[in-house]
Amino acid sequence: MNYPLHLAILALLWGFIYTSWSLMGRLGLVSFGHGAFMGIGAYTVVMLWNHYGLSPWLGAIAALLFTAVVAIVIGWPCFRFKIVGHYFALVTLALSEVTRLIIVASRDYTGGSLGGTPNGALQEGATGSLSALQFASKLPWLAIVAAFWLFGLWVWRQVDRSMGRLALQAISEEEEAAASIGIHVTRAKLRITIISALMTCVGGILYAQYQLYVNPDTVSGIAISLQMVFGVIAGGMFVMLGPTVGAAFTLLLAEGLRLAFGNRYPALDTIIYGVMLVLFIIYMPKGILGAALDAWKGVRRRKAMLSA
Amino acid sequence: MSEVFDIFLLEAVLNGLLLGGLLALLSLGLNLVFGVIDVVWICYAELIMCGMYGVYYLHVQYHWPLVLAMLAAIALVALLGWVLHQFVIRPVLNAEPINQLLVTGGVLFFLQAAATLAFGIEFRNLGVTLPSVRIGEMSFSAARLVAFGAALGGVVALYLFLTRTYLGTAIRAISQDRAIMPLMGVDPARIFALASALGGALAGLAACLLVLQYDIHPAIGLSFGPITFLICVLGGLGNMLGGFVAAFIFAQFIAVGGFFFAVEWGYVIAFIFFIAMMFWRPRGILGK
Repeated sequence: MNYPLHLAILALLWGFIYTSWSLMGRLGLVSFGHGAFMGIGAYTVVMLWNHYGLSPWLGAIAALLFTAVVAIVIGWPCFRFKIVGHYFALVTLALSEVTRLIIVASRDYTGGSLGGTPNGALQEGATGSLSALQFASKLPWLAIVAAFWLFGLWVWRQVDRSMGRLALQAISEEEEAAASIGIHVTRAKLRITIISALMTCVGGILYAQYQLYVNPDTVSGIAISLQMVFGVIAGGMFVMLGPTVGAAFTLLLAEGLRLAFGNRYPALDTIIYGVMLVLFIIYMPKGILGAALDAWKGVRRRKAMLSA
Repeated sequence: MSEVFDIFLLEAVLNGLLLGGLLALLSLGLNLVFGVIDVVWICYAELIMCGMYGVYYLHVQYHWPLVLAMLAAIALVALLGWVLHQFVIRPVLNAEPINQLLVTGGVLFFLQAAATLAFGIEFRNLGVTLPSVRIGEMSFSAARLVAFGAALGGVVALYLFLTRTYLGTAIRAISQDRAIMPLMGVDPARIFALASALGGALAGLAACLLVLQYDIHPAIGLSFGPITFLICVLGGLGNMLGGFVAAFIFAQFIAVGGFFFAVEWGYVIAFIFFIAMMFWRPRGILGK
C-alpha cells in the first residue's frame, strides 16, 4: 500500500511544480532557472531547522521572501532590458547553476554534494509533528500535496481568466506591439515570474520535507531545471492538466521500466524519454494531453458533421 | 610571506590563461553552429563526452595509437554533428526558435543515458599522464599547455577557413543574411550540414584535449556544458571573437577566485559576473 501511495504523492508534487513552471513557460518565458527556486525552498527550510531549530513554517516564510527577492533581482533586469528567448533561457540557467554551486561550496553548513537530512523531530511511536512538518505515515503527505496541487490548478485558472494572461500572450507574440498599446511589459512579466517562482519554492520545501533528504543535484542546478522543462513538454504546457500528465507519465515510465527490468538497464527510462522528447517536439509540440484533446475534438467535430 | 603569495597568484593567473585557451576552444564549435544556423545545441557538451569515450575506447580497449584514436574521435563527433542536424534540427528549422533549443535537450538526455547504459557510471581515465612543467617556483600541467596551443591553433585554422576559402565565405555570408544567399546560388541546406559537421569536429577536438586532463563519466557534460553556453552568450552568441575574449575573462574569474576562496566560489563569482554583464551588455561584450 505504501508504494502506490508514494507514487501518487510524487506525481502530485511534481505535477504541482511542473504546473508552476508552465505558468511562465506557456507564455513564452522558458526558464531554465526554476531549479534555483526549488533549491532555495528546500535548503533554506532545512538549514534553518537544522542549525537554528526554526520551525519549517517560519523557515517557509524566510524561503518565500528569499525566493521573491531572487526572482525580482533576476527577473526585473531581464524584462527591463528585453532579454528573451535563448538569452532568457541561458541567463536563468546561470542562476540555477549559481544556486547549486553555492550549496556545494558552503559544504560546512549544507553537507556539500553529499546532501543532508533534516534533523528528526519524531519521538519513538509518534505519528507526526505538524510544527516540524514531519509525518511517520504517508497519508498526511498525500493530503498536503493534493491540496497544493489543487491550489496550483486554481492559480492556473485564475491566471488564465485574468487580463494579465491576455497581456502576456500579446507580449509573447510581439513585445513591441504589446508595449505600444499600453501594456506594461516589465510589470506583467515580473508578476507571473514571482507567482511561478514562489510556487516552485513551495514545491521545493514540500519535496525536502517529504523525502527528508536534500541534495544539491536533485533540488537545484541544470539537471533538475531541464527535467522540469521537458516533463512539461511531454505532458503539454498549453492545457491545465498537461504538466500533471507529464509528471505522472515520466514517473510511471521510470518506475515501470525499473519494475520490468530491475536495475539491469539503469538509464533505459531516460533513453526512451530523450528519444520521445525529440519526437514530441518535432511531431507533437502540444504534448501528450494537448494532442489527445485535439484528436478528441476532431472526432467530435466529424461526428457532429455526420449527424448534421 | 608576500613574495610567496605573489608567486602563487601569478601561477593562478597563468593557469587561468591556460584554462582560457581550453574554454575558448570549447565555445568555438557552439558559436559556429549558432552563428550559421541560429540554433543553440544544448547537448553540445554531450557530443564532447561522446568524443572522450571514443578516444578512451579506441586507445585503451583497442590499443590504437593515441593520435589515430583522437583523429577517429574527431571524425566520429563530426559525423554526430551532421546526424544531429539532419535528423533533429532540420525538422524544426522553421518552428519557434525556442523549440530548436529544447529539441537538443532531448538529445542531451538521450546521449547521457545511452552513455550510462553502454559504459556504466564508473570514472574512466585514459592513463596517459603528461608531466608538469616547472618554471621557477611555478608548475603548470603540460596537458594544459598542449590544450592551450591546440586551442589557439584551432582558432587560427577556423579563422583562415572562414576568410580564405569559398565555403568559409559562403558560411559567413549565410550567417549575415539567410534570405539572400539562396538567390546567389548557395544551397543553405548544404552549408548548414557542413557547419554542423564542422561544429561537431571542433567538439571532437575539445574532447581530445579534455580527455588528457579529466576523468570521463556519463554526466561530465553537465559539469562543463553550462559554462560553455555562458561563455558564448557573454561573448555574444555567434560572435567568435567575443567568445574568445569571454573565455579568458571567465577563466581568470575561476582561477583567481579559486585561488582566494574555493574552486566552486570561483565559478559562483564567474556566473554572477555573467548575469550582471547580461544586464549591462545583453548582446555580449563585443556586441553592437
